[in-house]
Amino acid sequence: MGKLFAVVLTIITVVATAIFVMRVWWLPADISVHGPWIDHQLMETMLSSGILFVVSQLALALFVWKSGDRREGRKIKIFPGGAVPMVVLATVLVGAEILALTFVGSKVWASIYQTPPDPNSLAIDVQAEQFAFYFRYPGADGKFGGIHPELMNEASQNFFGLDPAHDTAARDDIVVPTLAIPVNRPVLLTLRAKDVNHAFYVPELRIQQDFVPGLVIPLHFTATQPGKYEIVCTQLCGLGHYNMRAYVEVMPQEQFDQWLKQQAAQQ
Amino acid sequence: MHEAAVHPHAPPQGFLRTHVFSVDHKVIGKQYLDLALVAVCTGMVLSWLMRLHLAWPTAAIPGLDKLSPNGAAGGVITPEYYLSLMTMHGTIMVFFVLTTAPFAGFGNYFLPLQVGAEDMAFPRINMTSFWVTLVAFLVLISSFFVADGPALSGWTAYAPLSAVGKDAGPGQGLGQTLWAISIAIFCVAQLLGALNFIATTLDLRTKGMSLARMPFSTWAWFITAVIGLIAFAVLMPACILLILDRVAGTSFFIPSGLVISDRLQPHSGGSPLLWQHLFWFFGHPEVYIAILPGFGIISHILPVFARKPLLGPRAMIGCLIAIAFLSYTVWGHHMFLSGMNPFSATLFSVPTLIITIPATIVTLLWIGTIYGAKLRFTTPALFCLGFVSVFVSGGISGFFLAQPSIDTYLHGTYFVVGHFHFVMGVAAMFGIFAGTYFWFPKMFGRMMNETLGKWHFWLTFIGVYCVFMPMHYLGLAGNVRRYSAFTDDYLKPLIPLHRFITIAALFTGAAQLIFLFNLIRSRFRGPKAPDNPWEATTLEWATTSPPPFDNFGGKPPVVQRGPNEYGVAGAGGADYLMQAAPEPAPAR
Repeated sequence: MGKLFAVVLTIITVVATAIFVMRVWWLPADISVHGPWIDHQLMETMLSSGILFVVSQLALALFVWKSGDRREGRKIKIFPGGAVPMVVLATVLVGAEILALTFVGSKVWASIYQTPPDPNSLAIDVQAEQFAFYFRYPGADGKFGGIHPELMNEASQNFFGLDPAHDTAARDDIVVPTLAIPVNRPVLLTLRAKDVNHAFYVPELRIQQDFVPGLVIPLHFTATQPGKYEIVCTQLCGLGHYNMRAYVEVMPQEQFDQWLKQQAAQQ
Repeated sequence: MHEAAVHPHAPPQGFLRTHVFSVDHKVIGKQYLDLALVAVCTGMVLSWLMRLHLAWPTAAIPGLDKLSPNGAAGGVITPEYYLSLMTMHGTIMVFFVLTTAPFAGFGNYFLPLQVGAEDMAFPRINMTSFWVTLVAFLVLISSFFVADGPALSGWTAYAPLSAVGKDAGPGQGLGQTLWAISIAIFCVAQLLGALNFIATTLDLRTKGMSLARMPFSTWAWFITAVIGLIAFAVLMPACILLILDRVAGTSFFIPSGLVISDRLQPHSGGSPLLWQHLFWFFGHPEVYIAILPGFGIISHILPVFARKPLLGPRAMIGCLIAIAFLSYTVWGHHMFLSGMNPFSATLFSVPTLIITIPATIVTLLWIGTIYGAKLRFTTPALFCLGFVSVFVSGGISGFFLAQPSIDTYLHGTYFVVGHFHFVMGVAAMFGIFAGTYFWFPKMFGRMMNETLGKWHFWLTFIGVYCVFMPMHYLGLAGNVRRYSAFTDDYLKPLIPLHRFITIAALFTGAAQLIFLFNLIRSRFRGPKAPDNPWEATTLEWATTSPPPFDNFGGKPPVVQRGPNEYGVAGAGGADYLMQAAPEPAPAR
């Protein structure tokens, strides 16, 4: 029975690890400036914890294999040195690993979430609601109009609660259901939720952030590859949660300018 | 230390007092385990329905429309009913299985026995805890039968979705209110139970049972009770505030300016993040409430079948205490991307990573115990070995999620689902299985069937790896959790893997019928169990199977040594020394 356990556990370990190593299912290619840092941190963690996984499982398999030995008179053996080397080994090895991961990892985190955005960032407002995202560009005046929750209305498509009648800044605001951004230009999103929690997640951009009602949350990144990618909601928001999505279209600056003009004309 | 008082209460008279409204900790322990059994069957059926829907979203499930004419018209699960099934699955499993069985169930039955007491410190409070837990369960289950269905905001019930009421869509009416009431009631039961466990451990130990001589399982239940006392004391008021937001017009968790279904909500001044902080301040320690009894059970059982002492008994207890302390410093790792100050992410990440040190030590101590052992491959021993393996698998993925920079990508994906199912779901279940196969002879005076037990182990062990390992691959591919269907372009190619998981889940679930059959059949037909069938050292094996009403027949045992005396020269050529056995005569 011990040998069977050892064999089954070894097979499970090898197959599970092989699927990771062969990248049968893997992250989509990264399209952001900060993405390579995250991927690097992920790979470092994958390598170190992968070794820990394989070594622990195989040690378990090996010891179980050997402990099934039923020879007459065989005596039990205490682990060489007792518990002390185990405690020291775990503390030193895992401790060092934690230190290394934290030093590098917190820098990666800080560079994404704790650094101020580039002053030349393109500012875009994002409003999440059950079950859609809307994006707002400030228009020619470069200013966003004020938000008035009492004016929000689906039927009149006033998703942001703008008051163009009294608010000049709101008059040229461009509201669209698709996020278009220029390639290689820093983007600063301002996230607002209209009703409940939502989240902004683009796997290719390696970015994720919750929308929280009552909070205005900044999020900045720079996309490096033109293309069309899905934005999905990752915070449970109700029955249509699975269907809540929009697209981010990354395009060259000239094409973006053209696009923005078209949108302004249609408002 | 006290000598245990003789007969704290008289033996019960009549069926009701003996089997239903009993104050005997052993009956109450069995009642908790029976409740957990009903709950786990319910929770597992819910997971089958979810898995079926994820793999084949348009398939009609026969008979489901009878249970929910709205949620599953024609047997096809609607997106909102999927979320309700998911919410109920999580809530039932976390509260009524993973908290109820390993802690309240086994703890109630065996903690007094293991410390040589005749009962819990407060038997009537103990009985009250169980019946209050049952009420909480019934309130939760009743939400399946209300008009707009059970709650759908997940077991975490994030506000404001859970707080604003009907406007937020189906499942946000009476169902969500019942959810909050149920959990608040559950907290009361747990607080009473935790107090009882702590008082019993500290005050009712028999002569010679110093803290250092307590079995590892007793230590684990004691530490779990301390964690629970603090954790549930926070969740209960949080649930009450949520109920007030829902029914009394308060705004603890609801800010101003919310517009839902084109209606400006009449609330202002609340904070959705406050709910998250309160919930996770309970929620993360809850993970340890679910798994620490498993640590104790494995540390208790493994030496019995390894026929050698647990490696590093003091290190083991030190690690359990360290984990309990650290469990209160890590809740924010659930909230890295929640909109709280990003500086605090690093603050919460470090203790989360540090907690892997005691967890690693514990694992190495188990593996080191197996080294050079003379393993007896009984069913409980196999589940112990399986526990170590799945705990390693689940623990490893914690390294990823503890780091905010990686969580940026993996948060809210199936990677998280795979992680917590392995580490607190499957591992805790393996602890429960090991405990059941191990203690069943003591509880019912009959042995369970070993052949069926081994089939159960192998099918479950391989099954859980087929179900939960692929979820890590899905997470790496960015597969979002809590989706009722995968309609996004990048998710569609992952559906075949979801189908594989569904088939594996159905098989693994079917394997649990073997366990259920074994459990019921052995209760009535199993061969008679001797007092100490496994040749174990602790006090529960020093009395009859099952024990008499007052546990030790009016003669409390006097403890001579610790629980770890395996691989030593015992009486009559045995290789172990029971805790209460007199010093054996020296060999001539």
